[in-house]
Amino acid sequence: MTHPPAATNPAPKVRVVTLKIDDHDVGARETDSILEIAQANGIRIPSLCYLDGLSTWGACRLCMVEIEGFSKPVSACSTTATEGMKITTNSARLKRYRRMILELLFAERNHVCSVCVSNGHCELQDLAAECGMDHVRVPYRNATYTIDSSHDLFRVDHNRCVVCTRCVRVCDEIEGAHTWDVMGRGVNCQVITDLNQPWGDSQSCTSCGKCVQVCPTGALVKKGTAAGEMEKHDDFVPYLAQMRKRQ
Amino acid sequence: MSEAHKITLATAWLDGCSGCHMSFLDLDQRLIELAEKVDVVYSPIVDTKELPPVVDVGILEGAVSTEEDLHKARMFRGRCQFLISLGDCAVSGNVPSMRNTFDLDDVLDRAFVENVQAQPGRPSESLPTLLRTVLPIHHVVQVDLFVQGCPPSADTIWQVLTELMAGNTPDPTQFTRFGA
Ligand code: SF4
Ligand code: SF4
Ligand code: SF4
Repeated sequence: MTHPPAATNPAPKVRVVTLKIDDHDVGARETDSILEIAQANGIRIPSLCYLDGLSTWGACRLCMVEIEGFSKPVSACSTTATEGMKITTNSARLKRYRRMILELLFAERNHVCSVCVSNGHCELQDLAAECGMDHVRVPYRNATYTIDSSHDLFRVDHNRCVVCTRCVRVCDEIEGAHTWDVMGRGVNCQVITDLNQPWGDSQSCTSCGKCVQVCPTGALVKKGTAAGEMEKHDDFVPYLAQMRKRQ
Repeated sequence: MSEAHKITLATAWLDGCSGCHMSFLDLDQRLIELAEKVDVVYSPIVDTKELPPVVDVGILEGAVSTEEDLHKARMFRGRCQFLISLGDCAVSGNVPSMRNTFDLDDVLDRAFVENVQAQPGRPSESLPTLLRTVLPIHHVVQVDLFVQGCPPSADTIWQVLTELMAGNTPDPTQFTRFGA
């Protein structure tokens, strides 16, 4: 026997697992989420609140998948892989549920795309198109939300917010300012700056603009952008997240 | 194809800006090809004043904002075999529905009193009564096909109509979206 002594051959810290996603055999680390594994293998799972580089929130439920042996779908972003899992990402039931989630999001606040500064650059709009949401079957809520334009550079329009909390997480986890937070419950949930003070009065905001870039909709925008002009760039987040981890 | 076999088409303009009808006219030379297969029996772009009792395809632009819109939507549904919601106003309420978050009295005052210099005052006759809430067409009658876009492009309208004329049910999500 030529095995080296056990002390010089420690067991790897993270085990590798093999599983099936939509009939593709894939391998992954057991700490990886189903969403990460799917993305690494070029399998598209729709998602909205998830953003690579930020902590996992699991709120929007759009990334739900079916796992053989589970009676209910689970969110792919917050479920880690285990050996032998058999996952379906796009069954008729999942498509139906995703479409309903999107309809509820559109019905909850004001998402009139044609007059939105993010028209054509909006993840919610893109998801509606991708998931075949051609109309909203539930009644629109017609609730009035405020718009805060007090910041010199940016504006928040709560009518367009889907409460994904990407702004909250990027401001806390990457910028380290924690200007954003969440107040209220259920349908009355909304993001706030500082202790629900006008953004322009914020003592903590550094005006870095990270929250604006990661916002998937027209809720956070640069001032002075006309309909269709507000393009977002969130590709800096994974890089900055890596750099922070190394510190 | 003989005249007798032409598909009959009716269109109406509810609470919209007419942009969807403008897009329809943007079919340009394709209108000639369309006229060979389709008979426009009622529309803002033809003279007929009465919607015939039976129409093959009905197209509605705009949201349901007034009693008159509601009446027209119901009439179209009753008489058209196949009803299309054309454009974001018809499909989602779009811009007209942005008044829904305001009190109706405030809206009327804003339009007819506050912003008017000559003879301010709410009109009492000749105008259809506004509904409290602006609704998409399918929230008041059943709709068979939804074509998003503000306005849907002429190419989108062409694709929808040619598919229908070929006897297929088109899937507009493949070539248009909200706000397109
Ligand atoms: S601009 Fe930067 S610091 Fe200010 S709220 Fe947004 S992410 Fe936070
Ligand atoms: S403001 Fe934008 S990023 Fe923040 S929760 Fe709302 S949609 Fe998400
Ligand atoms: S959908 Fe757009 S173009 Fe069509 S009527 Fe409404 S505002 Fe006008």
